[in-house]
Amino acid sequence: MHPALSIIFFTTSSGVGYGLLAWIGLLAPIGALPLTRQFGAVSLLLALGCITAGLLSSTLHLGHPERAWRAISQWRSSWLSREGVAAIATYVPALTFAGLWLFDARNGGWAVCGWLAAAGSIVTVICTAMIYRSLKPIRQWYNRWVIPNYLMLAAMTGALWLTAVLAALDVLRPAATALAAAFVLAAAAVKLAYWRSIDQNSAGSTLASATGLPPGRPIRPLDPPHTEENYLLREMGYRIARRHAAKLRRIALGGGFFVPLILLALAWLLRGAAASAVLALVAAVAATAGVVVERWLFFAEATHTVALYYRGEAGSSVR
Amino acid sequence: MTSLPAPQPGAKKLGLVIDLDTCVGCHACVVSCKEWNAFGETGPLPEFGPYQAEPWGVWLNRVHTFEVGDGEDGRTVYFPKNCYHCEEPDCVTVCPTGASYKRAEDGIVLVDAALCIGCKLCSWACPYGAREFDEDGGVMKKCTLCVDRIYDENLPEGDRIPACVAACPTSARHFGDLGDASSAVSKLVAERGGCDSMPEMGYRPVSKYLPPRSIRPTRVRDERSEHKTAGGNGFLQWIDRVLSR
Repeated sequence: MHPALSIIFFTTSSGVGYGLLAWIGLLAPIGALPLTRQFGAVSLLLALGCITAGLLSSTLHLGHPERAWRAISQWRSSWLSREGVAAIATYVPALTFAGLWLFDARNGGWAVCGWLAAAGSIVTVICTAMIYRSLKPIRQWYNRWVIPNYLMLAAMTGALWLTAVLAALDVLRPAATALAAAFVLAAAAVKLAYWRSIDQNSAGSTLASATGLPPGRPIRPLDPPHTEENYLLREMGYRIARRHAAKLRRIALGGGFFVPLILLALAWLLRGAAASAVLALVAAVAATAGVVVERWLFFAEATHTVALYYRGEAGSSVR
Repeated sequence: MTSLPAPQPGAKKLGLVIDLDTCVGCHACVVSCKEWNAFGETGPLPEFGPYQAEPWGVWLNRVHTFEVGDGEDGRTVYFPKNCYHCEEPDCVTVCPTGASYKRAEDGIVLVDAALCIGCKLCSWACPYGAREFDEDGGVMKKCTLCVDRIYDENLPEGDRIPACVAACPTSARHFGDLGDASSAVSKLVAERGGCDSMPEMGYRPVSKYLPPRSIRPTRVRDERSEHKTAGGNGFLQWIDRVLSR
């Protein structure tokens, strides 16, 4: 599948934002985070900024961005529509939560808004993942690891940015570092499980099932219907070289999980020093860059059944 | 509404039946489809760089060519492919705006260009590559089964068929109601063992393919081998001996 930059930026940025919002909404009401105005303002502005930038970016790949509002109407059947509804609905408790915090009105209602914002964040990320998870023609997406993958990466990047904000304001506690480290490990495990899964399962559809010709006889594409690349090949016939994919997987693993883990450990050892805040920030940036690579691969490694008609097999990558 | 209409018993299911045995791969259906649908209900269907090195454009009907079997058993199969107007099309249900819909009255799957936001998700959801994006208009295009032709009472009755069916010189394309077991197309499907494309996807295409008849290699008579076995005293053998001197 063609990796569109607007969608890669959207899912990465909104993943960071919803992850961060979920952690703040969950942890602040139980007193696990500093309740200063400064922390509330910086962390919630970052979360809502990432969410809003991501959502705006998602409209960039539309043929008619000015009609984007229509996309919330078909929530009964469409995961894309449900995502839009969940994203907009989450703003209500999130903005109320931020407002009450900044005006020092942290009461029971504030706590409920925090939890509702956290729940809305989780639901929105699940809806985003379901857009891909529900597409049967793309076996790498129609896979049970896709939802855990999106949830864990949002939780991981959210926790790392939470750590970065706490370290920058010099209020980093060991529990926050431990939380971020735990989710880096969990997200890495889920990502490895996803890659293992798509490497093992093979396409259920073949050129024989697509044409209805007897499966026992070899079938080869002889002539394509057109001489130049068309929309179908550009959008759904995208192929990545196998050795490039392997290299990018190592970059995503190293930059997205291994480097942040080392930096978190260093930031913890140097706690109190100014270097600690820089290390925590670099850890969050590295993880986010790793997720961009991972998201690019999520598209580039995905194969669509329409490639069967052109190449005889859907799941092949270029050597 | 992108939710699918509730299936009604005996409902009309318009579709195509394509005979892979008689299709000669002439692309007349492809050109005819483009000509009809570049205007009217579906149009425009843009072309990009039509007189340049790499022309490409939006076409709603494509003919692939496959080779089946090896050596003497090998044969060429032409495979025309356009929307099958499936009974359970995910391309419709994934649409976030209601632009894609399946008509309750005849099962035709259409796109309302005024509602389409051009998110392309429907083209990802179609396993068959039946939808193509119009980059000029910013909306998705697909086969309408020539809905602006088959119901047009200004046309002579015999012309109220999709443009691709009208154009086929070998009558490899048939149009009709596949919801009616007594229709000509349904009978054809029953007689010839008509089948679905990618039944494992569960989209339940309405349109069907008729498989090629027995794939029997054609024996080519080889004059030289005939010569070797030539014997006896017949007139032809005498000519053969005279000519072989």
